[in-house]
Amino acid sequence: MHIMEGFLPHPWWEIWFAIALPIVAYGVYRLSKVTKKIPEAKPLLALMGAFIFVLSALKLPSVTGSSSHPTGAGLAAVVVGPGITSVLSIIVLIFQALLLAHGGLTTLGANTFSMGIVGPFVAYAIWIAAKKVRLPIAAGIFLAAAIGDLVTYVVTSAQLALVFPTAGGFFDAFLTFGSIFAVTQIPLAIGEGLLAVVLFDFLAKYKGQLLSAMKVIKLPTPASTQKEPKQQ
Amino acid sequence: MNTKHYIIIIAVVIAIFAIPLIIFPNAPYGGADSAAEEAISGRGYTPWFTPLWEPPSGEIESLLFALQAAIGAMIIGYFVGYERGKRAKKEIKETETAQ
Repeated sequence: MHIMEGFLPHPWWEIWFAIALPIVAYGVYRLSKVTKKIPEAKPLLALMGAFIFVLSALKLPSVTGSSSHPTGAGLAAVVVGPGITSVLSIIVLIFQALLLAHGGLTTLGANTFSMGIVGPFVAYAIWIAAKKVRLPIAAGIFLAAAIGDLVTYVVTSAQLALVFPTAGGFFDAFLTFGSIFAVTQIPLAIGEGLLAVVLFDFLAKYKGQLLSAMKVIKLPTPASTQKEPKQQ
Repeated sequence: MNTKHYIIIIAVVIAIFAIPLIIFPNAPYGGADSAAEEAISGRGYTPWFTPLWEPPSGEIESLLFALQAAIGAMIIGYFVGYERGKRAKKEIKETETAQ
């Protein structure tokens, strides 16, 4: 999903910065608010940042005969919220732009928009919807992480198609880039979804109370069972 | 879910990425990012800005990618080990006070 350095001409790179930066700023605001309100959440922030770090460093082979990498941002969106995830994502993208010549500073806005904003917000929306229709937690996490990953690459395809339409127009170019990115990404998205399920299951087991304080999950019994003895 | 489920899921993840290598051993497996880059360059576009610094070789690039993954994996491993250790200690204490 990395648009390479210099591949977005004026005015596109400015446009994506203008869209992405306010949301990252909102993420910074959320970050300071959450860490003040729930200081115990800090290790979770580090953990989600680490998950994004690992997954976005792994270039994995796909059935299309090319390789790509997952993002890890979907799980982070569910656990710490999509705003904070945009901050975590931009940190990883800056690291890769400066040290790996992967992505770029001029395309940082566009890459943050696809990986750190649309992917996470879609993942978060899917998680909320999955909770509403009472899907099992594992199913909700899988769908949020996998679809959040895929959507990121669909956005990248659209971003490139907007700038580089073919003779057939935007949609034709979108399909061209989509076939490069999105199809390759399908098995990776499934893999990312499964890994997210494992890590989230561990978190729910060991950090259930913290997750419920952060309103990620509801703990079924303790609140009601603890009150009963007092009333007696 | 227990450890056995975790192992099964992780085995499935490994299979997802091993199967393409087995079915199509001769595919190029080039990066999708650079494929898109080539598709654009092929139409005569020249990027207007170049990276400030580029890893001088493929080896150095993979070093930095490995470093990125290692930093992340280290934090995840620390977190998981810390939480499991804390829980184990608490359980020992509980059984001691119960006795």
